[in-house]
Amino acid sequence: MSFASHDSATRQSQGEAITPEEIASSDAVADEATARYAMILGDDALMLSQRLSSWISRAPELEEDVALANIALDLLGHARFLLTYAGTAWGKTEDDLAYFRDEEEFRSCRLVEQENGDFGRTIARQLIFSTYQHQLYSRLVHSTDPTLAAIADKALKEVQYHQDHAAQWTLRLGLGTEESSRRIQDGLDSLWSYVEELFLDVDPIPALGDVAVLPSSLREDTLHRLREAIEAAGLTVPEMSGAYGSDRTGRFSEQRGYILAEMQVLARQHPGATW
Amino acid sequence: MPEPYRKTLVRQVSQHAHSEIIGMQPEGNWISRAPSLKRKAILMAKVQDEAGHGLYLYSAAETLGTPRDEMFDQLYTGRAKYSSIFNYPARTWADVGAIGWLVDGAAITNQVPLCRASYGPYGRAMVRVCKEESFHQRQGWEILYTLSHGTEEQHQMAQDAVDRFYGPALQMFGPPDSDSPNSGQSMAWNIKRFSNDELRQRFVDMIVPQAEALGLTLPDPDLQWNEERGHYDFGELDWDEFFSVLKGNGPLSRQRLEHYRRARDEGAWVREAAAAYAGRQHQEQAALAGA
Repeated sequence: MSFASHDSATRQSQGEAITPEEIASSDAVADEATARYAMILGDDALMLSQRLSSWISRAPELEEDVALANIALDLLGHARFLLTYAGTAWGKTEDDLAYFRDEEEFRSCRLVEQENGDFGRTIARQLIFSTYQHQLYSRLVHSTDPTLAAIADKALKEVQYHQDHAAQWTLRLGLGTEESSRRIQDGLDSLWSYVEELFLDVDPIPALGDVAVLPSSLREDTLHRLREAIEAAGLTVPEMSGAYGSDRTGRFSEQRGYILAEMQVLARQHPGATW
Repeated sequence: MPEPYRKTLVRQVSQHAHSEIIGMQPEGNWISRAPSLKRKAILMAKVQDEAGHGLYLYSAAETLGTPRDEMFDQLYTGRAKYSSIFNYPARTWADVGAIGWLVDGAAITNQVPLCRASYGPYGRAMVRVCKEESFHQRQGWEILYTLSHGTEEQHQMAQDAVDRFYGPALQMFGPPDSDSPNSGQSMAWNIKRFSNDELRQRFVDMIVPQAEALGLTLPDPDLQWNEERGHYDFGELDWDEFFSVLKGNGPLSRQRLEHYRRARDEGAWVREAAAAYAGRQHQEQAALAGA
């Protein structure tokens, strides 16, 4: 019997999708390099989820509280899959990796770590990152690693919505009022120097072959789609070079420490406890 | 529809909607610090459900002719009431559990009878709200159960949360029947189906065995089974505290409203932009249709 046939708005359905618990209890064990790659993708999703979730109860409209919570929840789901899978290489759980790694052990990019700012800046960040993620996952579904391919397959459907949500808001803000157009343009300008970091072929990705997607291979299509979305909204694609230090090490980020201090505080007060 | 019936319903439904919206704050403040990713996901989904409940309830109230913006404005200006319980702080992670178990539990006890309220759109909204609330109550109970059976510090955290939320949760049913002026009329109209004291008793009878299963104590020395009545007797609640919080002197009454106002203020330019864009789209479509 298919779960899908019983789907309704009020009934929870697992559908065919994999769950983090299934990954943890399966035989799939990531090798070291694949695990480090999964951690890069998982850390991006986790940091952005953490940032977006603080919009809940603060959004400009009730529908946006729901929408931003939903996107944050999707990203948290992706992070849980990816970190669970990464952890199999070292006998660690998703929570070991999320709560008990220090700043310099995370591999998130600086774009997702940036403060929310106003709604214009949050939408600018969503537009950039969801466009990149959409390109990424639409290729990662062909990964020769079946677990990564399955995670990408689930994430892709969700990221399509994120991209659509961001593009629709970019249009509304870009073509809405003078103020909204100025604010989203400011958002794009303030974040643009972190775009290039998304396309850097950091270790261990080049050595992974068809298991991974080479970030540099996403650059052209991602920038093309971003240009289309930005120009359709009457906005300008910022012209600036990438900020120095695009290596995902955290050595060039001030934000990561604050995010982790808040996220990890309770778990670290009670090491070894179960929740 | 008689005007007093409409007015009473709008007041009750919008107050419930406001409670959902303000209620997002105490638990929302723990999303960023939830102690595991699974708990974080569950909590995020729960707070999102509350925004959803607010949406259905505002929609139900709109069917009675009061626009949503007018209800937002009543909350913004402090003229509207919402459940006082949300003016208490969620200080620890265990408070998230206590809110789920006791606050959502009290809400369900109140709301299940409302699924059969005389006004259909309200009753139907409540059917869906109650389904999600019962899931919320179970997640709260499960948080407390895990803490109660965890380390000594976790157990203490759970007991402390129950100690603080028990009394205010019992007060969620409103003042004693002898002191509840509007109840009789609402019951006659079948908007409210049981009295405050009847619902409070029903709730106490439900949570006593649940607390035993949790391994936690309810902070009431007078709580005991009364064979004759077939119910638990419980001690007098602190009604001075209740009326003081109701008047706006809750520990966080001002902060909750300020948080709401700040979000509305900071989002004003976004709503203006969306309206301007929609207006322009509409004009363009009309021009195309006319061409």
